[in-house]
This record gives sequence, C-alpha cells and structure tokens, in this order.
Amino acid sequence: MSAMAEERSARAPWALTAPALMLFVGVLLIPLAMTVMLSFHDWGQYKGIEPVFILKNWHEIATDPYYAEMFWRTFRIAILTTLLTAVLGAPEAYILNRMSGRWKSFFLLVILGPLLISVVARTLGWALLFGGNNGLVNKLLMSLGAIRSPIPFMFTETGMVVALAHVMMPFMVLSVWAALQRLDPQIENAAMSLGAGPATIIRRIIMPQIMPGVLSGAIIVFSLSASAFATPAIIGGRRLKVAATLAYDEFLNTLNWPLGAAVATLLLAALVLIVVGSNALIERRYAEVFR
Amino acid sequence: MAYLELDRVAKQFGTQTVVDDFSLSVGKGEFISFLGPSGCGKTTTLQMIAGFLDPTRGAIRLEGKDLTAVHPAKRGLGIVFQSYALFPHMTAAENVAFGLEMRNVPRNERAERVRAALAMVGLAGYEDRHPRRMSGGQQQRVALARALVIKPSVLLLDEPLSNLDAKLREEMQIELRQIQRTIGTTTILVTHDQNEAMSLSDRIVVMSQGKIEQIGTPQETYEKPASAFVSQFLGKTNDFAGTIDRTVSPTQLVAGSWRAPAPAGLGGPVTVSVRPERIGFGDAGLSAKIITRIFQGNHWLFQCDSECGPAIVIRQNDGQAQPAEGDAVRLSWRPEDMSVRTRAGA
Ligand SMILES: Nc1ncnc2c1ncn2[C@@H]1O[C@H](COP(=O)(O)OP(=O)(O)OP(=O)(O)O)[C@@H](O)[C@H]1O
Ligand SMILES: [Mg+2]
Repeated sequence: MSAMAEERSARAPWALTAPALMLFVGVLLIPLAMTVMLSFHDWGQYKGIEPVFILKNWHEIATDPYYAEMFWRTFRIAILTTLLTAVLGAPEAYILNRMSGRWKSFFLLVILGPLLISVVARTLGWALLFGGNNGLVNKLLMSLGAIRSPIPFMFTETGMVVALAHVMMPFMVLSVWAALQRLDPQIENAAMSLGAGPATIIRRIIMPQIMPGVLSGAIIVFSLSASAFATPAIIGGRRLKVAATLAYDEFLNTLNWPLGAAVATLLLAALVLIVVGSNALIERRYAEVFR
Repeated sequence: MAYLELDRVAKQFGTQTVVDDFSLSVGKGEFISFLGPSGCGKTTTLQMIAGFLDPTRGAIRLEGKDLTAVHPAKRGLGIVFQSYALFPHMTAAENVAFGLEMRNVPRNERAERVRAALAMVGLAGYEDRHPRRMSGGQQQRVALARALVIKPSVLLLDEPLSNLDAKLREEMQIELRQIQRTIGTTTILVTHDQNEAMSLSDRIVVMSQGKIEQIGTPQETYEKPASAFVSQFLGKTNDFAGTIDRTVSPTQLVAGSWRAPAPAGLGGPVTVSVRPERIGFGDAGLSAKIITRIFQGNHWLFQCDSECGPAIVIRQNDGQAQPAEGDAVRLSWRPEDMSVRTRAGA
C-alpha cells in the first residue's frame, strides 16, 4: 500500500465517525460541561444566577445533613429495587426459559409489556390501586375486613421500591434471559446424569452461569433506579425526595439552578463511579464465564 | 446373559414415531455403535437409556432390573454429550470431581480419582484449566474423564468426536478404544460415521428411520449387509440388476454377461451387491468400459460404464499394469463376495 493510501485509510474511520461524534459532543458533552460549570456559580433570591466561581453549592451539599439523607435515600431505594428485581427476575427468566414455545412468547410479552406503557401511566396505576383510602385494593381489603387502615404505599419508600421494581423488571429478566441463552441445552442433563438433584443443579450449575447476567442486569436497574424521576415523583411526591426529583425542584421551582446542577453532577459522578467500578469487578470475577 | 437389554422400545413425539420396535441385547464390556443417517433416532434411543426421555412402549433393563423406573440421576450411567456440556465455570478438575461430590466420595479419594481420570485421558497438568480455555479435543477428553470417573455401569457417547478435525478424530478413536479395552466399561456410541463405527465397535446397530436395519459385527454388516440400505450406508458398493434363470439346470444367476450358480432360495429379479475392492478384471464376466482412472497412492479407483449400469472398482496398487481409460474390460468376482437380494418393485 502506498503511503498516501495508508494515510487516507487511517483518516477514514475519523471521517466516518465524525457525524456521530459531533452529535455526541454537541448534545452530551457540551451540556454536561455547562452543567458542571453551572454548579460553581452563585445564586440569590433577587440577583439570580451570577457567573462566578465559588464552592457555595458544594459546601452546602457537603454540610447540610438534608442532602446526605436525600442521597442515602436515593441509593437505598436503588439498592432495594435492584435486589427485588434480581430475586424475582432471575427465577422468572429461568421459568420462562423452560416454558414451551407458545407460552414462552406469551409470557415474554407479559414481561415486556411494562416497557410499552408510559412510566407515568404505569405509576399512576399503582396510585389508583393503593392510593390512600380510595385506592382500589385498599378499599377492597378494608371492606373485606382484612386490614383496618389502608396499606401505606403512596409517599413511602416501600411504595417507591415496589413501583420502581415493576418498571425495571424487564431489564433484569432480559439480561438474565440472555445469559440463559448461552447455556448449553444439555448442561442440566449432564449434571443430572452425574447424580445431581434439581436444587443442586440450580445452585451449583445454573446460578453461577447466569450470575453475570444477573449482575449486568443489576447495574442497569441500579443506575436507572438511582436516576429515575417519574416514579419517585408520583409515588414519593413532595415529601420523599430523591436526587432526581430534588434537582428538578431546584431547577424549576426554586429556580436555584446552580444548586440543582451541583446535585445532578454529584448524582452523575457517583453513578459513574459505582457502575464502572462494579463492572470491572464483575468482569474480573467472572472472566471464565464471560469468555 | 444380556447386561443391558432394550426390549421392543418405541418412542413417539405426538403422532410421529421416531424409534420403533428397537430390541437389542448388550453384553457386559461390549462396545456397541448406533450407526445411521441424521434424524434416524440414534440420540432419541440413547436419551431413553439415559433417562432424559421416557419410552412410549417397551422396556429397558440393566442386569435384569427395569431401568425406566430409576430416576436419571440414580442410574449411574456415564454420558458424553455431542456438545460436551462441560460446566464452564468450573476447572477441568472440578468438572471431573462433580460426579464424585454428588456421590459423597471423601475429599482425599476424590482428588486421587480425579487426578487418575485426567491422567488416563492424557490431561495430566490441565487440572486448573477452565473448559473455554481448552481445545476441542481437550474438552472432549475432560467430558470423557468426567463420565468415566464415576465408574459408570454403561458409558453412553453421543457423537463425541464429530466436532473434531479428521486427524484428531482418528487419534481420539484409537484412544477411546484403548481406554474402553483397559477399563472394560460397556459402551454405546452414537455416530453417523461408518468408519468410526467399524473401527471402534464389537457390534454395530445400523438404523434407518427409527428402525433397526441390521445388528452385527463390523465385518458382518460390511460383507453381508441385510438390506440395500445397509450396503449403501456402509461404504461404497455396486448394485447390479440380475435375474435367477430357472430354465437351465442347475439354476443360474445372470447379471449381463456375468453368470454363476444361483444361491438357494431366491427366484426372479434380484439385486447383486459387490464391494468395489472385490471386483477384478478378467477374461469373462460383465463387460464394461473404463471411464476414469484415478490414482490414489496405495490403490487405483476405476469408474466404469458396464452393461448393468455404472460400476466402481478399486484395485490395490501392487505394481502390476492396470487398464487405461477407454479400455474395454470384463468385471468378475467370486460368488462368495457378493450378496444377493430379491429386487423390490420389479
Ligand atoms: N423433542 C422432540 N419433539 C419432536 N420430534 C423430535 C424431538 N426430538 C427429536 N425429534 C425427531 O426425532 C427424529 C430423530 O431425532 P434424533 O435426535 O434421535 O436423531 P439422530 O439420529 O440423533 O440424528 P443426528 O445424527 O442428526 O443427531 C428427528 O426426526 C427429530 O426431528
Ligand atoms: Mg443425534
């Protein structure tokens, strides 16, 4: 190959990725950088945003226990949601995978269903079922005498976790499902022929092999839950704020953009650290299964 | 007495009968091959013995005891799957140890037996490798060691060599046969490779469309095929249309200008099957013309156009002059080298 052709072929990848790269820079990197900058600006009730460089917002977040509590709540909810989807979603995917043709596609549709409905509509559904005295389920259970007062669901962390888990379940099921597809179809027979019972097969053979799927599903669910907005906004309302709803309020209600930007930046940084860190850990731990 | 016995076993999936009327007695220590084309029900039969499928009809007995009543996990059979089905998250040693763990073999004995099993299949030193970091042949050996270490009453092999390249396959065939001879485990091998079946087994079960065509030693099935299917499936063969001539005495078998005393018990139109290596060039016999002559090192392959249709002839390269392309020749063979069957549909 001549030097010129070589030069041209070296430039080709850049030329080809340029449009996507420009889009990436334009709609992601620049706004992101501006948000980070914004978090260092000053803000006052009457003066608005002042483009100066101060650490006031960061100082406030670091010292006011309100923010620590709010972040802790955000991650607590995300962790519990992740656990709930893993505990329910992994067996669900396994059972689904064992079903025969027609039932399999039907239940796959049922599981993917939530993805087809708007988050807002789905979450309002929960509110209709459990919302205070008028919630359908609460009313029914109370008229049956099963419970005396309505099950607390709205404005509780439990409610948020349950509703989020419902929304996130497809991601976990699909991720575990993908891992199950990689299993050798005879692997259970092989274990059985060596004398293993059903429980042993699941614990010793299936679980270790689908663990990477569970963990990558967990990363997706965790990051989506920690940054979720609609579900916490509807279920948690004004009382139980998480990072995303707080940032939203600072931006649109208080109009304290710099503080909102600081909260958003911190959430992003924490998420990136957690996701990248756990991903690296998982890949190292499960190198043999991932290959 | 039969060690493993299949008695008129049948398997249906819905309305489709996949295995039918399958009866076989396997002696202790015997090496049996199920040989047949793809989809003829070999795997299905093997899986019924293993217990992963229940027979629709018939009985399977091991040492006289009903095997179908025993859960697959309790049958104590060793199975090597076509895909090997190794546990990818375990090392070679852990894979082999799994069956022993399930049998609560004490740790020390377990380690010793795992080491011995891996050494037997030539994998000493590979204990800590994971399957995905091993070659196809090595994985195959781990699968074999994993099946053998539990001292199975019967070893079931489902096309274990089909994923290997030709050279490795030949090596593994020899090794498999040696291992089987040394430890004497009763073995059933599923294969669609006739050479593999012939070189490994004591007896071959030739199957077609769920039915047994013939059970016999490799030599019997090759030299005395019970049906046209068997003779076609086991190596190359020439089928010539002939007739039994009853107008002369003694009755004669006539194929073109080749004639011989007729075998007893046959009449009318027949098919004469002769293996290509049993045909010689002579002064009398079927007249033919040589179309192509191919030199293959230790032998010559001739494709001829005979008066009874196309024929192939294989001659040893013994240094003697061979006819050339275009030569007119006469094909002849000894009567004991042919098999004669009544010709259907004639
Ligand atoms: N679970 C099943 N349901 C319906 N039909 C099946 C099932 N399993 C196998 N069959 C059919 O049974 C027949 C025999 O299958 P089997 O797997 O025993 O063939 P085989 O001899 O092992 O072929 P191969 O050499 O390709 O492995 C095939 O026609 C197949 O389509
Ligand atoms: Mg098969």
